[in-house]
Amino acid sequence: MNLLARYAECIFWMARYMERAENLARILDVHETFARDTRGATNWFSIVQLNADEKDFFSRHDRPTAEAVIHYYMFDPQAPNSLLSMLRMARENARTLRPWISTEMWTQINVFHKKLQEMSARDVPMPNLSKVCTWIKEECQTHTGITEGTFYRDQGWYFYQLGKYIERADQTTRLLDIKYHTLLPSPMEVGSTLDISQWMTVLRCTAGYHAFRRVYPRGMTPATVAGFMLFNEGFPRSVVMCVRQIDGVLTRLRSRYELRGGSAAMERVDELLAGLLSRPIEGVLRDGLHEYLDWIQLQMNGVTNEIGQAFFGLDAPLAVTEQSQ
Amino acid sequence: MSVPEAKPTDLLSSYDPGPYHDELFGGRDCPADHAALIRQRLSGLDFEELRRRAQDAERELYNLGITFLVYSDKEAVDRILPFDIIPRVISAAEWSHLEAGVKQRVAALNLFLHDIYHDQKILKDGVVPRDLVERNANFRPQMVGLDVPFDTYIHIMGTDLVRDRQGTFRVLEDNGRVPSGVSYVVENRHMMQRVFPDLMQDIGIRPVDNYGHKLLEAMMEIAPQGVVDPQVVLLSPGSYNSAYFEHIFLAREMGVPLVEGRDLVVENDRVYMKTTNGLAPVHSIYRRLDDAFLDPRAFNPDSLLGVPGILEAYRKGNVALANAIGTGVADDKAVYCYVPRMIKYYLDQEPIIPNVDTRICREPDALQYTLDHLADLVVKPVGEAGGYGITIGPRASRAELEECRAKLLADPANYISQPVVDLSVCPTVTDDGIEPRHVDLRPFAITGRSTWVLPGGLSRVALKKGTLIVNSSQGGGSKDTWVLEGGAA
Repeated sequence: MNLLARYAECIFWMARYMERAENLARILDVHETFARDTRGATNWFSIVQLNADEKDFFSRHDRPTAEAVIHYYMFDPQAPNSLLSMLRMARENARTLRPWISTEMWTQINVFHKKLQEMSARDVPMPNLSKVCTWIKEECQTHTGITEGTFYRDQGWYFYQLGKYIERADQTTRLLDIKYHTLLPSPMEVGSTLDISQWMTVLRCTAGYHAFRRVYPRGMTPATVAGFMLFNEGFPRSVVMCVRQIDGVLTRLRSRYELRGGSAAMERVDELLAGLLSRPIEGVLRDGLHEYLDWIQLQMNGVTNEIGQAFFGLDAPLAVTEQSQ
Repeated sequence: MSVPEAKPTDLLSSYDPGPYHDELFGGRDCPADHAALIRQRLSGLDFEELRRRAQDAERELYNLGITFLVYSDKEAVDRILPFDIIPRVISAAEWSHLEAGVKQRVAALNLFLHDIYHDQKILKDGVVPRDLVERNANFRPQMVGLDVPFDTYIHIMGTDLVRDRQGTFRVLEDNGRVPSGVSYVVENRHMMQRVFPDLMQDIGIRPVDNYGHKLLEAMMEIAPQGVVDPQVVLLSPGSYNSAYFEHIFLAREMGVPLVEGRDLVVENDRVYMKTTNGLAPVHSIYRRLDDAFLDPRAFNPDSLLGVPGILEAYRKGNVALANAIGTGVADDKAVYCYVPRMIKYYLDQEPIIPNVDTRICREPDALQYTLDHLADLVVKPVGEAGGYGITIGPRASRAELEECRAKLLADPANYISQPVVDLSVCPTVTDDGIEPRHVDLRPFAITGRSTWVLPGGLSRVALKKGTLIVNSSQGGGSKDTWVLEGGAA
């Protein structure tokens, strides 16, 4: 069956929002549990920076206290990057897609959104934050599992994968960037206990801690962690892994469904992949990790734009998105 | 009374349908023997258990998003159509009568529509007043002289039926534009199968789940000739339409794309949809959009919901539309009064299902009669839907009757009047136990080359005690409708 351009865009964004929600829940959870400085305080502001929400956040809050940040990212319906907003967007896209996605996928998102909405009325007391985050992660993973098990494998499936992997790669680069910029108090502390514990936090945010340990049983340095998250071929959230998936999905869309568009997107992906595979992590760190991550994000945005032009219809109105990054 | 019931074993023993015909017990002279086994099974149930199952069903409907949108002050609220778990049962004999009656009516209305857009014999012969058709807001001059496949105009029809105190089915209204509700018929059945399988066990109930298949078949039949594999789509006004769930449901059941106006374009009088691979041709459209919004170039220029140029593509025969443009004339409550005469005129038959006795207030005698008997009659505006603007004489206050009288005198042609029909009732789960509630019935007919009627239909139930208005926008609910399998009639 022909896939409407508008549907393809909705599928793409539904996948992105669900992926993004899972990431945010993980980040909130990990911050609560692990990201404390030596005096036990947590820098909640780094999450605001991670999402580039400073302006919006300070329009409604004076200080980035734990309560303010948690409320803002969990339940604030006005905050574009809150879990509630993401779920609302995912649900709206899913509602549009109901003729296309499985009943199980729709029902789960619908109920998940409803529960989150009901929860927003009450406050989540700090001791419960981890529990709530765990629940959200599990719901997101349930979504992933249901999708894997029930979503019919046609064009729509591939657009779902595109959204998912682009979002994943994007989140991983953001997380690395924030570690480099915010979590690190001063260059003097590289390799200190605090530094190491922060790198562990980063790994936990991507559910990569144990995998990392298996690859690097001894030693944890900025180079090994950043290298793992960028270039590891087996880690599901590494940038290389995600970009390889994007490459494969685009190829299949064009060969299996004979889609005419997308060659520009593929060129951007090739360029990105070549850039990722050509430099060892030591070189990247020497020349500046931040600049490197910037370049990756720029390339990813380029890929996203090309996909939009090729498949979603240039003159077509946008699907339900509140945010473009 | 705070004394608990001694034994909950005979659930229906104290049930009293009152003076009305009952859909599960029958009437005084016509007991519903066909429902005996179902009554017996219901009687054996515990009321609390029944309520629990009803709650399970409603929760599931909500979780599945089987909802319609209600617009309150600021925001749209998702509501389910409340679902009552006790089914309404129709015997095989009753059904074959209804089925024949619905088919007859669809046939007459299609002949009427063809006639008024071609030779207008029925107008020339004075059977239907000319101005009723030509001054009708839903008459589309663009359709004059245009031929449509199989001369079918109303491909999907929902006929509203009620049952009077004697147990006679009567037609209350024809819905020949975009009738809603068939999704509930199918989903209610799924729901019953999940929460109440023990009630259905070994009772031959005719299935309803091939509606989508039949609809697709008809949509393919009416596609332009010569197209080998016609592309069918369902055109919806979008996710803010209150019936959006039904649009999703039907598109899914047919396995066709659910499109909005913005997904379609017309080029060289042909319709295309925007896909991931560019434009793809579209041949047959089930449109859930009124004429007025269909083509801003031809009808309402302010509408953003439609597709510019689609009328011309239709007129050229490059795309099929269901229902055809201009069927609203037959949908009209004033034209409704003439349907029995149409059946006689075109088919030379008596109506199998009679109308509710209806007076057309544009006729002086009828107006006078209506004014004289206002307190006993139901007065309806002919141009409103959704149960709005209706005055039910016996329940109206003196002030309401005076207001109605003034409206009638100011614009008599906008009104019809009917006697109050004592709608039949069906046992229904309420807070106070099992009680009778009024029901109506909307069977659905699909017509391409020929007509097929879905065995069943939407039974709407007035959940408020005593009320006769079963409309969903007025707080009505629905029931599963069981048409029993043939054999003994």
